[in-house]
Amino acid sequence: MKTVRIYVMGKEYRVPEGLTIMKAMEYAGYRFIRGAGCRAGFCGACSTVYRKEGDYKLYTALACQTPVEDGMFLVQLPFAPANKAIYDINKIKADDKTLVNFYPEIARCVSCNTCTKACPQELDVMDYIQSALRGDIQKTAELSFDCIQCGLCAIRCPAEIVHYHVAQLARRLYGKYMMPKAMHLQKRVEEIEKGKFDKEIEKLKKMKIEELKKLYNSRDIEPEESD
Amino acid sequence: MSEVIYMGEKNKKLSEKIEELSGEKITLCEQCGICTTSCPMADDMDITPAGIMRYSQIGDEKVVDSEAIWICASCFTCTVRCPRGIDLAKVAEALRELNLRKNVDHIDVNHLDEELNELPAIAVVSALRKFTS
Amino acid sequence: MQKFPYYPGCTLKQTAKNFEKSAIASARAIGIELVELPRWNCCGAVSSLTSDEIMRHVAPIRNLVRVQQMNDEGMLENEYRLITLCSMCFNVLKRSNMVVTGDAEMLHTINQFMDTEPDYEGTVEVMHFLEILRDVVGFDKLRARVKKPLKDLKISPYYGCTLLRPKEVGIDDAEAPTIMENFIEALGGEAVDNPYRSLCCGSYHTVGENKKIVAERTYKIINAARRNGADVIITSCPLCAFNLDNRQKLTKEMHPDFEYMPVLYFTQLMAIALGKEEDAGLEDNFVDPRPILRERGFLGVKQ
Repeated sequence: MKTVRIYVMGKEYRVPEGLTIMKAMEYAGYRFIRGAGCRAGFCGACSTVYRKEGDYKLYTALACQTPVEDGMFLVQLPFAPANKAIYDINKIKADDKTLVNFYPEIARCVSCNTCTKACPQELDVMDYIQSALRGDIQKTAELSFDCIQCGLCAIRCPAEIVHYHVAQLARRLYGKYMMPKAMHLQKRVEEIEKGKFDKEIEKLKKMKIEELKKLYNSRDIEPEESD
Repeated sequence: MSEVIYMGEKNKKLSEKIEELSGEKITLCEQCGICTTSCPMADDMDITPAGIMRYSQIGDEKVVDSEAIWICASCFTCTVRCPRGIDLAKVAEALRELNLRKNVDHIDVNHLDEELNELPAIAVVSALRKFTS
Repeated sequence: MQKFPYYPGCTLKQTAKNFEKSAIASARAIGIELVELPRWNCCGAVSSLTSDEIMRHVAPIRNLVRVQQMNDEGMLENEYRLITLCSMCFNVLKRSNMVVTGDAEMLHTINQFMDTEPDYEGTVEVMHFLEILRDVVGFDKLRARVKKPLKDLKISPYYGCTLLRPKEVGIDDAEAPTIMENFIEALGGEAVDNPYRSLCCGSYHTVGENKKIVAERTYKIINAARRNGADVIITSCPLCAFNLDNRQKLTKEMHPDFEYMPVLYFTQLMAIALGKEEDAGLEDNFVDPRPILRERGFLGVKQ
């Protein structure tokens, strides 16, 4: 079994090659009671900051998605302290001042691009903060869509901005007030609420299991594969 | 009324620090007072621009603690008028930075202005650049 | 159409949309197309003046890299003169450009830091739109294109600080500028003298507890203009415009004898004079300029 050296908070371990950072740390004996979640690159809990041997650069990653390399110096960031503005989404307006009103610190952005470089999702973070400063809620929402709120951008930012909270507000405003509504969905919900499908559902609920099976098996579907 | 100022090592250190951070030769100032008469904000200052220069020359901490450096609007009128070519705006900036670099903001970003909704981006950005660390 | 790279700045996309709209329309009317920089970022509004400053030059220089990219990618044909409208953006971009092109080590540091961008090679020239009108187009050519001369309109030019100071950056003499007066005359208007035409409006003091300082300046500047018979004031900076226009309300509260005066962006008058009044954005100004302009016959006439 080929092994690589990793350093967790300064202590050296030999772990099998090919493991993710998270699995490698567990192999070494660490138990994640914080900073682990979906283990699938979606929840943003396992933020990791690391360096590689002989390399001054600071790298960021999600521990559950990133394979270990020889000479990795690792530390986990299970939490990023972040201020969140208090607002009632039903009461605020989606205009070009809303974002800077709730997060005036975005005006401190110096366009250093450190946030973009820290993002494990490869989002254009600096660009969406600049859009937010300009009041372009739509662009902020679109550029930040895949954000998993891992906090790495916020921890690295010299202007002390918490990017993902700004982005979340933008997406909420966009979704609620700006995005075109799916009219067919609204119509269908109204139909359901008015009871258009009540009779059919009652009928199905009262059916015997054999009848249901027959109905299910004779439903309209695409043709089977021919022999 | 005269004031007795004791010049010591601390004064020299502060004076040199101001010179270094501003990049200006503050010893060149001959106290002609043109900066004071030119400054549009001088009326609202506790120390005049010429006073800022003098206190900087003698390294008196009073200038670092003054309100005047925050009233400065970085308009550069003093800069273009100084007969000795000193960029006084840079000296004021250095004095502000000596405060800000202690990680202390001069305004409260969390309670910026009740009119935040009316203010243009240029106002918010410039105020935060000048008054926050 | 002559294409130039154009840097709007944050405020022109937000509260000063009328500045941009009137500028783009006026420029087009004299054969200039303002091509907005792709992916530009906030310039910072003010220059950081300490001797050790490097980080805050990154934002302006990143914008100048965009101009290079526009040329490399064929959006522009060998045009490195960047046009700005906002005086403060102009000052910051020009100043940073001068600092880094005069300091090879700093330029190298900044280029290394911006490792996701191509290197800035120092090729860009930052210019203000008024400079373009004076030096590239020529005020005579502008005069020839005027469709509605602003006859008998008494206009007080307000330069503010950042268009003229410091001397290395200014577009005209800091003590005796004439560029705005010449601009006004080219449009057929009458330039009115104002001893406070370059007195600082108070700038960022409009934020927070010192906004009364701004209102005092507004009082001084506008009263001086009125004493000399001005009908309107023109400016080139959205912060000056906010302080001279929107802050008139506070000025009136502090000085009940104060009378309102319309404050316009120079491009708004330019748009009207060039027959593009529908793009002048006059409805966004705080003190409504339309009554006086209508009274003098400058509005509502189809060209």
